[in-house]
Amino acid sequence: MTAAEAVGGRGRAAARVLVPLLVPAAIVVVWWFASAASTSPYFPPLSRILATFAEHWLGDRVVSDVLPSLGRMLAGFGAAVVVGVGLGALLGRLPLLAHALNPVLQFGRALPATALVPVSIAVLGIGNVPKILLIAFVTVFPVMLNTIDGVRGVDPVLEDVTRSYRLTRRQRLFRVQLPAAAPQVVAGVRVALGVAFVMMIVTELIAATNGIGFVTLIAQQSFRVSLMWSGMLLLGILGVAVNVLFALAERRLLRWYSHARED
Amino acid sequence: MLTVENLQKSYPTAGAPLEVLRDVSFTVARGEFVTVVGPSGAGKTTLLRCLAGLLPRSGGSVVLTGTGTVVDAPPQEVACVFQDYSRSLMPWSRVGRNVELPLRNTIRDRGERRRAVDVALRQVGLDGFADSYPWQLSGGMQQRVAIARAIAYRPEFLIMDEPFASVDAQTRADLEDLVLRIRQDAGLTVLLVTHDIDEAVYLGDRVVVLSNRPSVVVDVIDVDLPRPRGQVSTKGLPRFAELRTEVAKLITRPTASSWPHVDRTGKSELDRSS
Repeated sequence: MTAAEAVGGRGRAAARVLVPLLVPAAIVVVWWFASAASTSPYFPPLSRILATFAEHWLGDRVVSDVLPSLGRMLAGFGAAVVVGVGLGALLGRLPLLAHALNPVLQFGRALPATALVPVSIAVLGIGNVPKILLIAFVTVFPVMLNTIDGVRGVDPVLEDVTRSYRLTRRQRLFRVQLPAAAPQVVAGVRVALGVAFVMMIVTELIAATNGIGFVTLIAQQSFRVSLMWSGMLLLGILGVAVNVLFALAERRLLRWYSHARED
Repeated sequence: MLTVENLQKSYPTAGAPLEVLRDVSFTVARGEFVTVVGPSGAGKTTLLRCLAGLLPRSGGSVVLTGTGTVVDAPPQEVACVFQDYSRSLMPWSRVGRNVELPLRNTIRDRGERRRAVDVALRQVGLDGFADSYPWQLSGGMQQRVAIARAIAYRPEFLIMDEPFASVDAQTRADLEDLVLRIRQDAGLTVLLVTHDIDEAVYLGDRVVVLSNRPSVVVDVIDVDLPRPRGQVSTKGLPRFAELRTEVAKLITRPTASSWPHVDRTGKSELDRSS
C-alpha cells in the first residue's frame, strides 16, 4: 500500500464515521438557534432541555429510573429469548404439537401488546414482576415463531448428513439445527427487541412508581416541559444504542451467514 | 459386504404411487469399488438413500453381509459423501470442526480425535485448512472436506452420491484419483453413484447400470482394466473405450416399461439427483 492510498483509506474510514453524523449535527444546530429565543411553554430552548437532561438523566435518575427501566426490559426480553428459542426448537421438531398449538400461538401473537397492560395490572398487580412478565409475554412470540420456522427449515441434505453420521438428538439440535436456524432466530430477536423497548415505556405509563416512561409522563402532567423533552432525547439515544449493540452482536454471531451467502 | 435384493421404492403421491425403484439387486464384495450409473432421473439418489439407511424401502432387502446388519437406519459401518458439498458442510463451523463432529461419538479422547481430524485432512491434501471456514474454500476443496469427514469416521463402506458432479473437469479428475488413492490406502469398500459413464468405468471394479425410472438393474459390467489406474494411461486404453461404449449402449437404450410411466407422471421433484 502506498502512502497516498493509506491516507485515502484513512480518509474514507473517517468519512464513513463522519457522514452519518452530519445531519444530526445540523438538526441540533438549527434547533439550538431556532429555539434560543423561544418563550413558548411547549417548545423551550434546546439549551434548557440539555441542561435538564444533564441534571436529571445524568444524575440521580440513572439509578432511580433509567436502570430500573432497562433492567425490566432486559429481564423480560432475556426471558423471552430463552423461552422462545427453547419452546421454538421443541415445537420445530414436533410438527404435530406445533400444528395443534398454532391457533393459540397466533391468537397470543395477535393480541395488541398495549391492550395487555391493564389486563396484566388487573391480574398480576403492580410492581416489577408484572411488567417483566408482560414484556416477556409480548416478546416471546416473534422469537418462538421464528425459531420454529428456522429449525424446520434445515437443509434436508444437512439432515441426511447428521443422520448418516449418527449424531445424537442433542448434537443435532445444538450443533446443527439451532446454528442453521440462527439467522431466522436472530431476525425474530431483533423484532422482539424493538417490541421490548416499546413495552418498557408502555408498562411505565400506568401503575408505575419509577422508570423513564413514568418520569416523562409525570413531567408532562406537571408541565415540566423541558424534562418531558429531555426524556424523549434519552429514549432516542437509548434506542439507537440498543440497536447498535444488537447489530454488533448479530454481525459476530452470523458472520458465517453473510459470507456464505456472498458466494 | 453389501447385498441388495429386489429393492423397491415408491413414493406416495396424490394419484398413483410414484414408483422410482422397481427391482434393484446387486452385491458389493469387501474391498470392491462398485459404481452405479444411470440416466438422469433414474432414481440414483433414491437408491443411495435407501442403501445408507436414510430412506425406508418399500420392498426387498439391504443387508451388510459381514455383520448381517439389515439396513433400516444409518449403520455405523457406513459413511456418506453427498453431491452438494455447499449444502452438506456446516457453514457456521470451521473445517476441522466439520470433520470432527461425527467423531465425537466414536472417539472419546479429545486429543486422539484432534489427531484423527489432522490425519484425514492431510490425506485429502488439506493440512493447514482446519481453521478455515468452508465458504472460504473452492468447491473442490469443500468436497475434499466432505471426503475427509467421511474417512475420519473410519467406515468400512463408503457411499458417494455423484460427489464430483458440481466441480470443474480438472478438479473432478483430481478428486477421482484422490478417492482411488484413499480407497487403496484404507482398504475401503466403495459404492459411487454417478451419471457420468467415463467416471463409472474409470473408477469401478464393476459398473451397475440402472434403467430409467422405475429403475431396474439393466446389467452389471465387469471392468477388467488394470490398477492402479491413471487419467491418461487408463482412459487411453482401447479396452476403456470398449467398456464405455458398452455401458453407453445400455443406458441410451430405453427400457420398454419405463417410458409410459415417465410420460404419465412427468419429472418428479422427489428425485434430487435429476
